[in-house]
Amino acid sequence: MIRKRPITLTVNGSTYARDIEPRRLLTDFLREDLGLTGTHVGCEHGVCGACTVLLDGNSARACLCLAVQADGRDVTTVEGMGEIGALSLLQEKFRKHHALQCGFCTPGMLATAHEILNDAAPLTDAEIREALSGNLCRCTGYEHIVRAVSEALSERLGGAATGSAPNAG
Amino acid sequence: MASHRGEAKLIAGGQSLMPMLNFRLLDPALLVDISRLPDLAQITASGRGITVGAGVCHHALMRSPELAERLPIINHTMQYVAHMAIRNRGTIGGSLAHGDPAAELPLLAVLLDADIHITGPAGDRTARAEDFFLAPLTTDLSEDEILTAVTFPNLAAGSGWGFEEIARRTGDFALAGAGAVLTLHHGVIADVRLAMMGVDETPRRLPAIEAMLLGRAWDAGVRASAVRQVREQVNPMSDLQASADYRRHLAGVVAGRALDTAWAKGHMP
Ligand SMILES: Cc1cc2nc3c(=O)[nH]c(=O)nc-3n(C[C@H](O)[C@H](O)[C@H](O)COP(=O)(O)OP(=O)(O)OC[C@H]3O[C@@H](n4cnc5c(N)ncnc54)[C@H](O)[C@@H]3O)c2cc1C
Ligand code: FES
Ligand code: FES
Repeated sequence: MIRKRPITLTVNGSTYARDIEPRRLLTDFLREDLGLTGTHVGCEHGVCGACTVLLDGNSARACLCLAVQADGRDVTTVEGMGEIGALSLLQEKFRKHHALQCGFCTPGMLATAHEILNDAAPLTDAEIREALSGNLCRCTGYEHIVRAVSEALSERLGGAATGSAPNAG
Repeated sequence: MASHRGEAKLIAGGQSLMPMLNFRLLDPALLVDISRLPDLAQITASGRGITVGAGVCHHALMRSPELAERLPIINHTMQYVAHMAIRNRGTIGGSLAHGDPAAELPLLAVLLDADIHITGPAGDRTARAEDFFLAPLTTDLSEDEILTAVTFPNLAAGSGWGFEEIARRTGDFALAGAGAVLTLHHGVIADVRLAMMGVDETPRRLPAIEAMLLGRAWDAGVRASAVRQVREQVNPMSDLQASADYRRHLAGVVAGRALDTAWAKGHMP
């Protein structure tokens, strides 16, 4: 049995202190230890992007991060990005533009899109596609996702942010 | 590290190591996390060049104003490395120590004659990038050593540069890639470096072609013979992604384009 290590981290604004095995992945910690199953796991080797979360505000693959490496850090998962009745700007646009079908890729897409919005640089659709290229979607064909992110980004740049969650975009 | 000889591994960004652990290709008894060492996260400019700490992430390289001023080929090339979330975590030290033959940073180190600074129980040493990469995923680092920083020497004033790669999808490892740097004097090439990746066991320079280009103008005839010679001199492998022949063809394509860009930029004031 491997000796457990104490970690303390913030997830979606709440602080959690847990003793965990050092080999535990952040994905397993979020999903199994904290019950936050919104972070999805597709490939476990960094390729599909389904597990993407925000680590100290920057997008990161939760499947390539050990939970002990998140000690002292601030994690935002899809559960912290908005809720039913109070969707974030991005979630609102995803809904409006039908940017999800099965929803498997959506939590990771939103995390990546949050970083795009936080960078607050104007992007062409081609540049948005490039920025989203690390997130695979098997359903939508991407077109609607690009539209949603593009519209959210122009609203953000135009200063017209609406209904955005406090610690998210 | 010393007490766990052969059983310990450093972890930096984890963007190459974690996939190997998740696939159970490796099972180290001890992981030493170096990702929070502040000394490794610096980019410093000196008279000689720019020294980048091993812990600097790909995203920081892409955005670095110090590099943009003196070595913009590095900022430019980083956009080809993986995706945003991976660039936020992956480090230059990890990329060089991992030594993937199709990775961009090893190619840049070889192209730009970087010095790789290493510390271990026996003290500090510096390796030339050209001698550092030994085989796929194999470098000159020994188990108890740590790569601490990389120094990229300044480019000569007026240098033109180009980097080109072809990958199946944005962010994938390249099937073939090439970097070129040159200076001109009275309309001909006075100095040139050409390096390739993804088409040999390690990134490597093509000295015979560099020598052939000296004193020439980059015209259609010279271009055609350089492209042909590149195809003769690389040793690509076949894998699931592409056949060796296709990679050999691409090697000529990317080398030609990298030199086109370097030549054009070399003419700018
Ligand atoms: C989906 C995906 C796509 C990718 N695409 C590309 C691509 O197109 N091009 C590309 O170049 N890379 C790509 N990568 C790899 C990425 O660039 C990695 O970040 C990089 O290769 C390793 O850096 P790291 O800091 O994550 O190292 P880690 O994964 O932490 O470590 C890698 C190895 O280096 C050793 N190591 C780390 N730091 C040091 C040090 N300072 N001294 C000594 N040894 C050290 C570790 O022990 C380990 O053996 C991709 C990765 C993924 C997951
Ligand atoms: S599960 Fe992490 S990238 Fe696929
Ligand atoms: S909506 Fe199904 S994978 Fe993207």
